[in-house]
Amino acid sequence: MSDLEKFREEARTWLEQNAPESIIGVRFSELDGNWGGRKAEYSNPDMKIWLERMADKGWTAPTWPTEYGGGGLSAQEAKALNQEMAALRIPPALVGFGLTMIGPTLLRFGTEEQKQEHIPRIVRGEIRWCQGYSEPGAGSDLASLQTRAVREGDEFVINGTKVWTSYADKADWIFCLVRTDPDVKKQEGITFLLIDMETTGVSVSPILLISGKSPFCETHFQDVSVPVRNVISEINAGWTVAKALLGHERTMIADTFGASSGRGQKRSRSVMAEHAIRYLGEREGEIADPVFRDEVARNEMDTRAFGLTVQRAKDAAKAGHQPGPESSMFKIYGTEINMRRNELSVRIAGPQALGWDGPGFDEEEIAVTRDWLRSRGNSIEGGTSEVQLNIIAKHVLGLPD
Amino acid sequence: MEMVLTEDQELIAKTAQDFVNEKSPIARMRALRDEGDPMGYSRALWKEMAELGWVGIALPESVGGAGMGMADLAVVVEALGRSLAPEPFVSCVGLAAAAVVELGTAEQQESWLAPVASGDQAMAWAHLEPETRYNPTAISTEARQDGEGFVLNGRKVQVLDGFGAESFVVVARSHGSSGELDGVSLFWVPADADGVSVERQTLLDSRNAAIVQFDHVKVPHASVLGEAGQSGEALERIIDRGTVVLCAEMLGGMSEAFRLTVDYLKEREQFGTRIGTFQGLKHRAARVFMEIELARSCVMAAVRAVDEGNEEASKLVSLAKARCSDAYILAANEGVQMFGGVGMTDEYDIGLYMKRARASELTLGDANHHRKRWSGLSNY
Repeated sequence: MSDLEKFREEARTWLEQNAPESIIGVRFSELDGNWGGRKAEYSNPDMKIWLERMADKGWTAPTWPTEYGGGGLSAQEAKALNQEMAALRIPPALVGFGLTMIGPTLLRFGTEEQKQEHIPRIVRGEIRWCQGYSEPGAGSDLASLQTRAVREGDEFVINGTKVWTSYADKADWIFCLVRTDPDVKKQEGITFLLIDMETTGVSVSPILLISGKSPFCETHFQDVSVPVRNVISEINAGWTVAKALLGHERTMIADTFGASSGRGQKRSRSVMAEHAIRYLGEREGEIADPVFRDEVARNEMDTRAFGLTVQRAKDAAKAGHQPGPESSMFKIYGTEINMRRNELSVRIAGPQALGWDGPGFDEEEIAVTRDWLRSRGNSIEGGTSEVQLNIIAKHVLGLPD
Repeated sequence: MEMVLTEDQELIAKTAQDFVNEKSPIARMRALRDEGDPMGYSRALWKEMAELGWVGIALPESVGGAGMGMADLAVVVEALGRSLAPEPFVSCVGLAAAAVVELGTAEQQESWLAPVASGDQAMAWAHLEPETRYNPTAISTEARQDGEGFVLNGRKVQVLDGFGAESFVVVARSHGSSGELDGVSLFWVPADADGVSVERQTLLDSRNAAIVQFDHVKVPHASVLGEAGQSGEALERIIDRGTVVLCAEMLGGMSEAFRLTVDYLKEREQFGTRIGTFQGLKHRAARVFMEIELARSCVMAAVRAVDEGNEEASKLVSLAKARCSDAYILAANEGVQMFGGVGMTDEYDIGLYMKRARASELTLGDANHHRKRWSGLSNY
């Protein structure tokens, strides 16, 4: 038996013995996931036990180094672990921006002291992170951000406002881009800073979206004092860190939207096909409306093609090829498929997609409508599609400026 | 499946690309067209490709092949597709030879495939009839039982690389009517058999195609592939194999058409600047890039699924052909548009890719057809 097969078998045995029975098969949509943090809420108390057991093994962050509490697994072992968890229908013990964004960034750019301070707490789900990039005046042109950080001895004093900070109201720490030098080229005066949300002067207000509720907030900083040792990399070198982190964010978004790639649905119908049959009827085993049937196929096939491309990128990375600016492609395509899927879902539901609340519409129908509205932001957040297309044109195709 | 080339495949790809650069630039295909070469491809080069092991790369070792897979063949065919090399990989290797591998006895394989693997002979796939379009069982060429053997009567059109082929694998019907799975029968017929007549057709991409007429052609029992009347399901698998070979060729073609276009964007000047600086073109080029990347993933998945005999193979083949059809057309259309006026001239190569894109799209099913097939295979 190969080492990998041996690992797989051991992992399976451990999972079977340690995953609490009540969490098996629990569906983890993005919003219900176990985000951890000081204010963590557990819908099922066994989730807390599950988190602790997984964190003890470092398997909440399976590929991170063991000296910071990670699992120390190879990419192949981590993939095997994920496959075994999926096969046993065991939900992930922990999700969040600590694992997907700031953790990998700290491992690459952080000092030993910063890694020791933050990484183990991410692995254990003790600290929940949020991201402070965008500002009211700096969207696609992120580098024009104005939140000021003025040095006073061993501290920076921060003043400004961040917008679109997802879950800022639930987060414990924020990783932020702040302006430390207003007199140089805009990219060269930015610093990457970690800020405890409990610091005096930090306040959060939620944002209402066209879809109704949302996780988004505005985060205000008024004379907030932050130790200089919380700078990641060098002062005024934050743009490089930020760009690397955006790569992680795009990969994460790609994973989110690529996950529903409808693998192995040879016999059972996809969710979208069932949805179409519910509203359009079935004729001789087919969606009765041939135009919508074609659209369902198109969307499924787009999704599958995308999922295969994400898989190809991962396999290439495993084989030692460096990922490049093509992650922009995942951001564009993943979000746009999701948007088309939501559009299609609404059009299939027809007049039943017109409900906002109240009688005459079931929960699923309300969700179809709200999800569609929410999805319109997918091609804007995390770098608009247009910005990503610019990146591909410049950095992949080498087209001139 | 691992969606990455093995070291061996990387090496094959490089060898094939070097060969294409040296011996098969697009000028060669253009010359064959301009000279009105009746074969439309080079038998001498075909022989060289066979000697390099490419023709038989996916054929069994018992017939002189390398016994490797479609994933390996695809790497070669992609390189050839870059320069629109017109050698008969789809018809001869992907379809006709695949049929003999799928259905033939050891004896049949040895006697019919060995001269193919060695590059001495070409075998063509005689399937399409005017009513067939993309429904493989919509055929009415008649195979009437005659003692132990059969007598064939019918007319095949657009037999790819059929002109000059030494033999045909013929899809005919021993019973039932057009469109029925039952009754589909496959036969091996030499081109010089009594009653076979071949007439060259002229296609928009200047590839070799022929009308092949079967007029009371006697086929002995030993030339029946599989069991007469029972080959309908095998036909689907054979066409899947041919389709992935075509997809690999398309992938090469679209990649090269796009490379030419991006190069042009970097050099052509208008309004005092290179046109590649215009965001209106940049974004469109980036979109073409993405579509080609997605098509590549689908082709890689499809060839691997076919090699593995994966239960999803047919779905993945349809996915690959649908995407390659759309992406190749997009790359070619955008290419001609971005080249502008010169893109419309015969002198520039981009137009050759546009023609090949269209011909490939409408061969073995366009994107509409394959979406429909996907729906059926997905139980809706």
